[in-house]
Amino acid sequence: MDETTAPPAAEKTAPPVDEALLRSLTPGVLTILVRRGADFAAAEDAVQDALVEAVRVWPADPPRDPKGWLVTVAWRKFLDATRADTARRRREDRVDEEPAPGPASAVDDTLQLYFLCAHPSLTPSSAVALTLRAVGGLTTRQIAQAYLVPEATMAQRISRAKKTVSGVRFDQPGDVATVLRVLYLVFNEGYSGDLDLAAEAIRLTRQLFAAFDHPEVAGLLALMLLHHARRDSRTAPDGSLVPLADQDRTRWDTTAIAEGVRILQSALSRDRLGEFQAQAAIAALHADAPTAGETDWVQIVEWYDELARLTDSPVVRLNRAVAVGEADGPRAGLAALAALDDSLPRHTAVAAYLHERDGDLATAALLYAEAARKAPNLPERDYLTRQAARLNSRGSG
Amino acid sequence: MAKYLLLKHYRGAPAPANDVPMEKWTPEEISAHVQYMRDFAERLEKSGEFVDGQALAPEGTWVRYDGEGRPPVTDGPFAETKDLIAGWMVIDVDTYERALELAGELSAAPGAGGRPIHEWLELRPFYATSPTATDDCHAGG
Repeated sequence: MDETTAPPAAEKTAPPVDEALLRSLTPGVLTILVRRGADFAAAEDAVQDALVEAVRVWPADPPRDPKGWLVTVAWRKFLDATRADTARRRREDRVDEEPAPGPASAVDDTLQLYFLCAHPSLTPSSAVALTLRAVGGLTTRQIAQAYLVPEATMAQRISRAKKTVSGVRFDQPGDVATVLRVLYLVFNEGYSGDLDLAAEAIRLTRQLFAAFDHPEVAGLLALMLLHHARRDSRTAPDGSLVPLADQDRTRWDTTAIAEGVRILQSALSRDRLGEFQAQAAIAALHADAPTAGETDWVQIVEWYDELARLTDSPVVRLNRAVAVGEADGPRAGLAALAALDDSLPRHTAVAAYLHERDGDLATAALLYAEAARKAPNLPERDYLTRQAARLNSRGSG
Repeated sequence: MAKYLLLKHYRGAPAPANDVPMEKWTPEEISAHVQYMRDFAERLEKSGEFVDGQALAPEGTWVRYDGEGRPPVTDGPFAETKDLIAGWMVIDVDTYERALELAGELSAAPGAGGRPIHEWLELRPFYATSPTATDDCHAGG
């Protein structure tokens, strides 16, 4: 094409900015700024400003080295902000000197950033928001929309979170378990609005997996992949829930399942079992069954026993009761259930299911209706109401 | 434009004409009802009149301050006699008549036997956020 006569319309056809690339570069750019001496909160603001600038400038003028571009612009933004801050007190020549470009971010820098954003001094909601912004490269608006809160509220939450961790030294080692819990929280938020939080959680866990060799990181990534593989089959076209046994297994994402199983097997072979690996093992056994009837419930019960040993969580014992009901019959399941506190979330729903399997349809119908009233969300409430309706209309019809 | 709150009650509203609890419907009737509600909200979004809609769980507790240094006093879960809100929809419409029309449509959602429930809904106007400019003129001049 003749460059001199290229019409301005060519700009309009320029490809949009690769947001996935931008987001993936965010933590690396941020850690370089911090390594150069910027404090975390100011560096994080500067990186956000640079991301906004990139979205504006890149379509017409794509950089040859996107990361280098971001580092340069973010550093300039940081200096501008610092200068504006310090000008009132005294000009510092020191900050005018741009240091030599730092080395490409080392993997452990990324890990430090995860630790900082999941710092135990943060509340879960703050840690989630900070992780999505500083590690995930999402804008405050995107995070606010995903969590259905006003943007000003989310901005305040993030700014308070940054203040909370401002005194934490960046190179202080953290506990990977806190990071995994935050990522798991993001994953479980699922899908609301335009942003797919489950996919975002998988991306961040994958990034962590690449940076940090730990069997539980692998376990969480495997668990997410195995669950995500079933997502499309979990909802009917009318929005209603489809339980595992009724899902169309041909719609499961076999590529994601294969990857999840591979990552899990490699983690398990290291013989350092943790709760995410155990949960992933259960998900893998479900994924492995060609039909619901061929599910290896005996092995699933064994994994629940492992999980109960690792976490001692009542929710795990509740799920175990369901598995026992499948492996050893509904009476055994009900016996396992009887040992648990009946105020546990979903206890009534499990009781309803086991009574139905046991043939006591009248009790099951009553329990389903009661479980519907206690359901923690609308899809579950509608599902449980339908179960009650199904049994009731069978009785009368 | 004026905003209205459409309130739906678990308890406390007058009994509807088609008063059968949902678990006594057929699964198909439940699906039809859910679909109707979704279509209704979607239609309002398309017409630019939908603001917000939320559903509430049926549990709840009364809470009040009990003085310095004491934990708040609670009373709950709500007694069976208490009015109990199930959810709301906020609409932004041109006229009161339009608000009535929409509330009527929502109340026509199908229930047992596929027939309209005729559920009583509470329609409440929001206070306007500020005096209108023309009111200021009158006050000032």
